[in-house]
Amino acid sequence: MSGGDLVAILPFLVLGAAILAVTLVAAFAPRSKGASPVALAGTALALASLWPAASVAPRQVTPLLVIDGYALFFLGLILAAAIAVLLLSHGYIGRQGLPKGEFPLLVVLATFGAMAVVASDHFASFFLGLETLSIPLLGLIAYPRLRARPVEAGVKYLMLSGMSSAFLLFGMALVYARFGTLSFARLPLDSGLPATVVGLAGLALLFTGLGFKLSLVPFHMWAPDVYEGAPAPVGAFVAVVSKAAVVAVLLRLLLFSHAHSAPTILRMIEVVAIASMLAGNLLALLQGNLKRLLAYSSIAQLGYVLVPVLAGGAAAIEAVEYYLASYAVMTIGAFGVIAALADTVLGDRDEIEAYRGLLWRRPWLGGCLALMLLSLAGLPLTMGFFAKFYALKAGAGAGWWPAVGALVAGSAIGLFYYLRVIVALLGAVPVPAPEPLPTPPWPATAALAVLAAALVGLGLYPAPLIALIRTATTHTLGG
Amino acid sequence: MILPWLILVPVLGAGLAWLGGRVGGHPPRWIALAALTTDFGLTLWAAHPAPATTGAWLASFDRPWVSPLGIRLHLAMDGLSLLLILLTLGLGILSVIASWSEITERVGAFHVHLLLTLAGIVGVFLALDLLLFFFFWELMLIPMSVLIAVWGHERRTYAAIKFFLFTQASGLLMFVAIVTLASIHYRQTGSLSFDYGALAQTRPSPQTAFWLMLGFFIAFAVKLPAFPFHPWLPDAHTEAPTAGSVILAGLLLKTGAYGLLRFVLPLFPVQSRAFAPAAMALGVVGILYGAILAFAQRDVKRLVAYTSVSHLGFVLLGIYSMNAVALQGAVMQMLAHGLSTGGLFILVGALQERLHTRDMDAMGGLWSQVPRLSAIGLFFAIASLGLPGLGDFVGEFLVLLGAWRASPGFAIAAALGLVLSVVYALALVQRVFHGERRGTADIPDFSPRHMAIMAVMMAVLVWFGISPQPVFDTAAPGLAGIQRTAAPGGS
Repeated sequence: MSGGDLVAILPFLVLGAAILAVTLVAAFAPRSKGASPVALAGTALALASLWPAASVAPRQVTPLLVIDGYALFFLGLILAAAIAVLLLSHGYIGRQGLPKGEFPLLVVLATFGAMAVVASDHFASFFLGLETLSIPLLGLIAYPRLRARPVEAGVKYLMLSGMSSAFLLFGMALVYARFGTLSFARLPLDSGLPATVVGLAGLALLFTGLGFKLSLVPFHMWAPDVYEGAPAPVGAFVAVVSKAAVVAVLLRLLLFSHAHSAPTILRMIEVVAIASMLAGNLLALLQGNLKRLLAYSSIAQLGYVLVPVLAGGAAAIEAVEYYLASYAVMTIGAFGVIAALADTVLGDRDEIEAYRGLLWRRPWLGGCLALMLLSLAGLPLTMGFFAKFYALKAGAGAGWWPAVGALVAGSAIGLFYYLRVIVALLGAVPVPAPEPLPTPPWPATAALAVLAAALVGLGLYPAPLIALIRTATTHTLGG
Repeated sequence: MILPWLILVPVLGAGLAWLGGRVGGHPPRWIALAALTTDFGLTLWAAHPAPATTGAWLASFDRPWVSPLGIRLHLAMDGLSLLLILLTLGLGILSVIASWSEITERVGAFHVHLLLTLAGIVGVFLALDLLLFFFFWELMLIPMSVLIAVWGHERRTYAAIKFFLFTQASGLLMFVAIVTLASIHYRQTGSLSFDYGALAQTRPSPQTAFWLMLGFFIAFAVKLPAFPFHPWLPDAHTEAPTAGSVILAGLLLKTGAYGLLRFVLPLFPVQSRAFAPAAMALGVVGILYGAILAFAQRDVKRLVAYTSVSHLGFVLLGIYSMNAVALQGAVMQMLAHGLSTGGLFILVGALQERLHTRDMDAMGGLWSQVPRLSAIGLFFAIASLGLPGLGDFVGEFLVLLGAWRASPGFAIAAALGLVLSVVYALALVQRVFHGERRGTADIPDFSPRHMAIMAVMMAVLVWFGISPQPVFDTAAPGLAGIQRTAAPGGS
């Protein structure tokens, strides 16, 4: 390993050191408030170290990791999302009377796993990263361990995450048996090779495992329960960091193995994408619980992301990166408002009715939530508009008409339930007045302000983000 | 350079109105009034130096916006846009004045949404980049829906959601059509552009073009609204506050007609010609169906709402007749309908403010008690039925004349609509203003404020009716261009 390699993996080294530091703080000063700032500083440093890493990219570091523009973009997205989640949970955890030390530790650990996933181009590093991501998440979901619903959600996540890992592992084994390699780039998916029972079964199991992680229909059952039970900042982390990482690795796998010239594999993804867009949106219509609604909405959103994944090529990379960036902003923003308004005794306010009249009671927070929902619905002035534009453009450009049709139908259905929440936000404040809302702690307010500003700023003028994505794409290996 | 300001002035006004709303009720009202009046003046000024510019465009503005995606801030104004923008701002001013005493809660927020809606509508009438157009198209819906959902009447939530879903879902079809058209253009030329001029040169295969045309048509037909796409309209118009109804009927419906004129005919001339009989049939069905349903209503606001379906049927018929006379008639009908229906909605709003009901069975005999209001009501009712000498007559007559040239059968059927409009308009007058007085409450007549806005609207309608030539001259160059591409060699 040369000096250049070390520079390339600097973000990993920095975050690894941060994990040690947070562990020490949590172990030796469990009552102090220090763990969260240390975790934040470590994550921010790791984010800053992307610049030196970018100077040596693209570079293959050992056969396991690749640091190229594509990986760097997602590393940045994941680290930024982790910072936002840490800020949102900063006051949240203490107010809920939960231990302060372990929470940031688990967040940075999971972040480290997600980073390994997006930089992997080998099944071994991919799987190691995925487990490093999933196991801390289990702790995070069940963090309020004295309440029933988080523990239930945690157990559910444990079972289904374990099962999907089993699917993945078996799929990897079969793929190895057929192709004799675990490296993405050496998988000849475009040749005739996969068309054997072993090869197809391996790929099917692999995509099933990934489908579980992305909560795509029909592997989505766990998502609503986990989102509902998990504390709101953790919901944001599960929805954004773990899903963005898995989408990133899925697209890399498809691109590196030239799967876009192998229609069988793409058909499989198309069916799942269409099912997710339609079923996710239809089921969201039935929800009275905001967190469950966001869960179904995220199932549908992941279906939308798959449309550019299907399209392939440089346009797909750009579209997927833009979509996931906007998805990250709006999802963390929506969960962030829920976290900011969480009650110290009752926990998160889940029911949509609890938000009735919020725009008049708390104009800024209500406006922020309304903006995030409008963006999820893909309306202009927000990043979500250009995200949907990108997805449509990629889908229409490559001629995936059934998927484009499902995208349009799904968005039309989606309008209805996003609007229902917005109408509740706009509604008259209930009489008698409900119990007073808490004042959110300043780190959460700051994070929400930045997210809302990014949402509107990049919704009005997305050129800087597109330029960043294009620079990253030009330094991508393989694709 | 002045065109972006036409959009920015109401937006800035909205910001100020929001701040003003923290002080009290009156500052937002005055700020909204000032912003719209300024904008009206700016529009006239922008249109003034006409001869210096090229072709039909009076003014234009073109800057890159999202350059990596080829999206530009391309705004341009021709006579058609000018007339519609003047209508927008004029009706905007009138609806601010009309809501002066109706809106008493959250006055600041109300004017913010009102101004943002108007800014979006002005943007729609100016945008010449298709993505920018879509941007404004969607943008005007959100504040409009909020206006209905917050300040509307009893079933406001239902009406707001229905309005939003209909228009937004159909907008998505247009979005797909725009993106697909741009993708085809990209494949043919290698450059990504959403510009009106560039996309007009794109030649998709005839079959694709037909589907794309349909995507645009449905979006605009829902907004217009053409016959099977109208169910959102009666609810939205009825439940909206007065200003909302005026803007919906007077302006939002016109964006649909404008879209057909500006985009569907020039971008898909061949397919539009093939589709014209179907569209004209929808127009005729709308004329008759709207008129019959209007007659059957008890709710006076719903009656006025259904007359819009009928009147906009004439617009659709005129547009798809595709000759100069019919197009001029359609534009005149758009302007006159904006004023006459806007006037009726202000009147009905005033009645509701006084009687707290919209049920015509609870009205009657109002003439003796509120003579000024009733006389003005009679005026707008007969304007709406198309009495010669008023703007609506000019529009409907020219549409029928043009439609006769294109297809006599449709023209004959549409002319029946004129008879039906007499029935519903006179029934309205008879049931509300004549007959026995039912209520006993003492109600005030129109205030000088209301008299002033009504007088302005009546004067403009009479002007359109007696001397419509200036309107024709203004719209002619733009319409001529549209007609040339849509029906080359036609009369």
